[in-house]
Amino acid sequence: MARPDRKGTPLYEVDNLHLSLPDMTAKPLIGAAPRIEILRGLSFTVPRGAVMGIVGGSGSGKSTLGRALLRLLEPTGGNIRFDGHDITHLPETRLRGLRHRVQMIFQDPMSSLNPRRRVGGIIAGPLRRHGFDRVEARVAEALDHVGLPRDFARRFPHELSGGQRQRVGIARAIALSPDFILADEIVSGLDVSSQAQVLNLLERLVGELGVTLAFISHDLSVIRRLCSHVIVMHRGEIVENAPTAQLFEAPQAAYTRALLDAIPLPDPDQPGW
Amino acid sequence: MSAYLEIRNLSAVVRGTGERLLRGVSIALEAGHVTGLVGESGAGKSMIGKAVLGILPTAVEVVEGEILLDGQDLLRMPPDRRRRLIGATAALIPQDPLTALNPSHRVGPQITDRLVDILGWSRADAEARAQALLDEVHIAEPARVMKSYPHELSGGMRQRILIAAAFAAEPRLIVADEPTTALDVTVQKQILRLIAEMQARHGTAMLFVTHDLGVVSKICQDLAVLYAGKVVEQAAMRDFFRAPAHPYSRALLAATPQYTDPTGSLRPVERDVLDTVEAEIAADDREWRNGQAGP
Repeated sequence: MARPDRKGTPLYEVDNLHLSLPDMTAKPLIGAAPRIEILRGLSFTVPRGAVMGIVGGSGSGKSTLGRALLRLLEPTGGNIRFDGHDITHLPETRLRGLRHRVQMIFQDPMSSLNPRRRVGGIIAGPLRRHGFDRVEARVAEALDHVGLPRDFARRFPHELSGGQRQRVGIARAIALSPDFILADEIVSGLDVSSQAQVLNLLERLVGELGVTLAFISHDLSVIRRLCSHVIVMHRGEIVENAPTAQLFEAPQAAYTRALLDAIPLPDPDQPGW
Repeated sequence: MSAYLEIRNLSAVVRGTGERLLRGVSIALEAGHVTGLVGESGAGKSMIGKAVLGILPTAVEVVEGEILLDGQDLLRMPPDRRRRLIGATAALIPQDPLTALNPSHRVGPQITDRLVDILGWSRADAEARAQALLDEVHIAEPARVMKSYPHELSGGMRQRILIAAAFAAEPRLIVADEPTTALDVTVQKQILRLIAEMQARHGTAMLFVTHDLGVVSKICQDLAVLYAGKVVEQAAMRDFFRAPAHPYSRALLAATPQYTDPTGSLRPVERDVLDTVEAEIAADDREWRNGQAGP
């Protein structure tokens, strides 16, 4: 599925993206809720084949940004172009043709895998929905890709470990051969040992499948491990957007430096602590 | 020096199935010291804290061992006396500040009730104490915050309140169970500093449960690494980070991502390391079962 010819050209072009949502906690009994600005004018591009890290504190808008890219939320201003098409305000009927090209992996595999379906059915679901052929074969290939034995297709999610469940979530996303995958905090619920395995797997898949990945995380150590570019968000704005090495070696924004300084390294003599 | 809290050969099983959850855990904590309990999920680190505080789930049964608090064995004490002793001398800083605070009550009484109801303070004394403590955990306008509801406060503020509440009765022992896991890194740093500062000022002994080797290196003097309910390594914190002795400890360190490492290489815990630990555990279990079957 590698598309080397177009590697590096923009897959997403985002210009002055605004998104506000109603604040239901402040809604008066009668009348409209006031709106909160979650994304305040974001502009960036995601090059094809990039692994784009999106990092920020809770409430910084990183998950909202991810959901806007997948058009699970509709922006209130600016625009998003995906593969040259303006998808900012596309109605759901027109989005349907794009859905199989953009996939998502969720934070909590337990709640994002249907406990009453077998792994094979979980991975096959989106394939059938989008009218793919060779469904059984694609399920088997997806399991191969994520390093799970093919007979896992017959198991239920509760029979798997946390790391294995997250592999199923990854298999479900890659089975459709998407152009873009959004991974939202997918290793934050895992122990370090399974975390390391899942990160190694993702890195390998990005190389093999030529897929473009946006990787949302609050953990800069994980971002450095995996990502080629990093967007740092704070209060709905991008405070820094840089190639990974540059961001870590010469962080420009004060907020980026504060984030880096606050990470506790396994070192009793870490400066600044 | 004799330890303030001494856990000796503590074993716990699931009631009914007999599955071992804690495998002969021995940990000594000196007065005023902080010991980290480190491990992955299911390693039993929280279980130890709960056993000490006497709040194990009913499905878990302690079958062996002693928990000596200042020389008195908590496990061989009438439940009533144990509750009063723990209530007066120990406290918990929980992981999730939102679920630990009652959402339908104001914050103030949630700090003072314990002082009034359990320790018999007057309401006025308890309120004065709570205000002083909120001030100590760097909360501006303590009087206003005490009248707030939990949802009106940020996660960091809520965790500060729970820290204040834990220190309210001047406990000699605090169990901190992943107290910063739910927080953003920038807030985590402030809260870790605050806990360290309060702990040092009050001279409280602390069991600090965490899965994060980074966090443990900032707050503890000693640590115990757990795997499947067994202590695989116990060491002074600095010695541990200089030269971790057990292969599992080394593997855990190697699997921890560090942003300062440009290669970012991450080695998952290798199969043969896990085999080594599992073999140790199997041997331990065999010995234990033989001991159980004996006279």
